[in-house]
Amino acid sequence: MNILEVNDLSKAFHLHILNGKKITALKNINFSMKEGEIIGLTGMSGSGKSSLMKCIYRTYITSSGQIMYRSRSGMIDLVKADDHKIIELRKNEITYCSQFLSVIPRVSAVDVVCENLFRIEKNKAHARVQAKNMLENLGLPPELWDAFPVTFSGGEQQRINVARAIIAKPRFLLIDEPTASLDARTKDVVINMLLKMKDSGTSVLVVSHDEYTLAQLTDRRIELKAGEITVDQMVTNENIS
Amino acid sequence: MSRNADNWLLKVTDLTKIYGEPNENTLALTGPEYNSNICPETDSIVACANISFDLYPGEVLGIVGESGSGKSTVVKLLYLDMEQTSGSARFMPYIDGSINMLDASSQKKRYIKNYLMGMVYQNPRDGLNFNFTSGGNIAEKLIMAGNYHVGDIRARASDLLIKTEIPVLRMDDQPVTFSGGMQQRVQISKAIANDPPLLFLDEVTTGLDVSVQAKVLDLIRELQQDLGITMIVVSHDLSVIRMLTDRTLVMKNGRVVEGGLTDQILQDPQHEYSQLLVSSLL
Repeated sequence: MNILEVNDLSKAFHLHILNGKKITALKNINFSMKEGEIIGLTGMSGSGKSSLMKCIYRTYITSSGQIMYRSRSGMIDLVKADDHKIIELRKNEITYCSQFLSVIPRVSAVDVVCENLFRIEKNKAHARVQAKNMLENLGLPPELWDAFPVTFSGGEQQRINVARAIIAKPRFLLIDEPTASLDARTKDVVINMLLKMKDSGTSVLVVSHDEYTLAQLTDRRIELKAGEITVDQMVTNENIS
Repeated sequence: MSRNADNWLLKVTDLTKIYGEPNENTLALTGPEYNSNICPETDSIVACANISFDLYPGEVLGIVGESGSGKSTVVKLLYLDMEQTSGSARFMPYIDGSINMLDASSQKKRYIKNYLMGMVYQNPRDGLNFNFTSGGNIAEKLIMAGNYHVGDIRARASDLLIKTEIPVLRMDDQPVTFSGGMQQRVQISKAIANDPPLLFLDEVTTGLDVSVQAKVLDLIRELQQDLGITMIVVSHDLSVIRMLTDRTLVMKNGRVVEGGLTDQILQDPQHEYSQLLVSSLL
């Protein structure tokens, strides 16, 4: 069963403050995604990968087309859905993990990770134990757990970023460069965590430039070039060289 | 919790406030297209016009815009501090949202303000009585809502001061002897004293230095997280809006030019003015 069907999606930015300049980010995007599938989104910088994720997450307003999402309560067009519906889906089903950690200041690493979990796990102590376990698996030193992530290194921030995105086990995960700036061991930990989520039914759209991550993780790859899909193929053993 | 389309806490429809004597062209000749809220024919001033939105329980709505855009007017109308020219606001905790609370009698309005809403003003002097002690200010709100037991009032006041990190020892001091950030936190204590379902915050961090701003913002965020209070946050500071709100309305010349999810307003603003605002402030 498809969890997502994107039909004729286009996105352009109209920059009124630059004399109405129009920048096309995506055109004629068509693809569907099965429940539990992991699709790798590839392409050069500026090809529209993040724009596509942001259109799906509704951070961007899609210019035309449909994004049909099969929610727990039925099909819904994410392009047209009411803001309140989107907020509800973000709380309960869809998580977006951007490339860079952006967090509320003065919140400890553990509580940043717990943010989404607090909504479902009312016992904060239990939630924090889960978060600490996850940070331990990701190799974040315990002395950093109560510190503020703003001052962390790139790799440490990335661990926090991934941990907070997956801890509440979303139904549909949009994740941008999950293994960038991670060492090989941690990379494998993240890949295994994502594969485990897939096994429990999570669908994942992942942007990555890392061939190893893509090969380990994805069932299918979609390549974008200048805002259009140029390749959409299943990953088989033959085409991993 | 599943929500249906009618699960709003507050439903605002076509809220309008005009000063002076408007004519039938006033609304058509003012607004962002004219970059003015002054009617050229009648000189009446359109403080806000046709403001409509639904606020859901637990939601934090931001209102941004430049000075004079009508942000505070919207809040003052909804907090029943002034009378609307037209429009309605239905508020679920008041008779199940069945009638327009803006048309309630002044006695009913006092009830709504004292029992069902809280307000934090930019200037602590607007929200606090500086002749009372900090505890006395909190007591005032509690007494207005029908609590007369001195022991209970003092216990509640000290709980609130602890929650807002004001030393309880200073409960019997006047806020005039407090720093700006402390005054603001006393004001917040007073505003939330009756556990109101709806809290208004009007430029609450403006004029505070950054470390004090941070404390006030952290407090508001905690209240939101721990108590789930529904809030309307007015600010011209986009970082405050980003940190606190789920949805945002952008106002200019008395109109809402754009409304949407806060991350969308900040990353993909549609209206010319929102684009200018985001590009100026980020």
